[in-house]
Amino acid sequence: MKPAAFDYIRAAHLDEALAALQASGGDARILAGGQSLMPMLNMRLTRPAVLVDIMRLGALAEPRIEKGALVVPAGVRQAALLDRATLVDEAPLLALALPWVGHAQTRARGTPCGSVAHADPSAETPLCLLALEGEVRLRSKKRARAVKAADFFTGMMVTAKAEDEMVEAIALPLRRPGTGYGFAEVARRHGDYAIVACAAVVDGRGIRLAVGGVADRPTARDLPLLDGSALDDALNALAWDLGAGEDVHATARYRRDLVRHLGRQVIEEAMRCRN
Amino acid sequence: MPKLSAAIRHSVAFTLNGVPRTVEVEPRTLLTDALRHGLGMTGTHVGCEHGVCGACTVAIDGAMARACLTLAVAAEGCDLRTVESLAPAPGRLGVLQAAFKRHHALQCGFCTAGILMSLDTYLRRHPNPSREDLTLVIGGHLCRCTGYAPIVAAALDAAAELRGTSEHPEDAAHA
Repeated sequence: MKPAAFDYIRAAHLDEALAALQASGGDARILAGGQSLMPMLNMRLTRPAVLVDIMRLGALAEPRIEKGALVVPAGVRQAALLDRATLVDEAPLLALALPWVGHAQTRARGTPCGSVAHADPSAETPLCLLALEGEVRLRSKKRARAVKAADFFTGMMVTAKAEDEMVEAIALPLRRPGTGYGFAEVARRHGDYAIVACAAVVDGRGIRLAVGGVADRPTARDLPLLDGSALDDALNALAWDLGAGEDVHATARYRRDLVRHLGRQVIEEAMRCRN
Repeated sequence: MPKLSAAIRHSVAFTLNGVPRTVEVEPRTLLTDALRHGLGMTGTHVGCEHGVCGACTVAIDGAMARACLTLAVAAEGCDLRTVESLAPAPGRLGVLQAAFKRHHALQCGFCTAGILMSLDTYLRRHPNPSREDLTLVIGGHLCRCTGYAPIVAAALDAAAELRGTSEHPEDAAHA
């Protein structure tokens, strides 16, 4: 339970971090809060040659509002975002979901961008980013680009990020008037990765439901404004479409049941809090 | 840009319980091992080494943190506090420690150092916590002896004492 050896670079500027990523030829990892990467290193599930610590970069430390989005750079910790008094107005879905991310002890260090880069299919922050149709801002020494959340998560802990790129920020569209948000998850213990997590965004035109913990990546489905048995049928179809698997935590049948029940719960919650 | 080679040990400087300290570590050395093996500060316990159990929790720059998920080299320049900081003098207990003793909030004691550090850090910023607040903080720790109820009771009692409203006034300068 100790990491394999690596060189450690404490980047003082973003350019240094990007140069180190490129120079490593794909064998470097960005270290931010470390709450996903450090367990992987300790268990030697990953053995990079170089770690690039970006937590001393002042330029990545502050969230900002930009062109209708809440932009959360890579140095912002989960606890800092939760403490942001305006979060509930800017990104109410994230305000609902962040308390479910780990524990106070891990949120004090962990970062939303790190969670997105790690791309665990059960994680809350990627789910919210997908539900809100947000984007991931990537940067390498050569270029900067933005990738929609729906295109970023490509498989189990696999993303569209190239080896010389880092997640510079995530951008979450700001709360829209007349839109309601809901979030719920089931885990064996609070703070565990969810067995199933659901996030809903409901406005006057329809329902967007995102589900984590079932498929190999967070998955979203756009539905018309349904209720009653029509909603039950849509949730049942989604539960089967996601191809739930069986593991030590839950059976496939239990996961399908959770999609049906949590799906309805978060949609109803989002409908109730539409303003 | 400091680049620390994997092949050699490097000197890391930080403040530990108010005292400037340096320790020689490899880049891969965890803060838990730097504290315990490098500095002989064995109050911080090592349980799961992947951030789940909470036994290694310390305070870094006033925020609770898993020492097992922190590289020692990343603590350069930081203000660290460990369980050794809680007692006001050798042979005496801090307020929180004394409350744990009164309420039988520990049995084997393995998880206790981490729980004390989470609560000490939390109570400094939240002097008037609810039972639910404390339950969420303690939820970041595994304790297989107590069933948690006496830990919550001790934390509520210590918080009251630190506010000056308890029946057990002791040295209120130390949580």
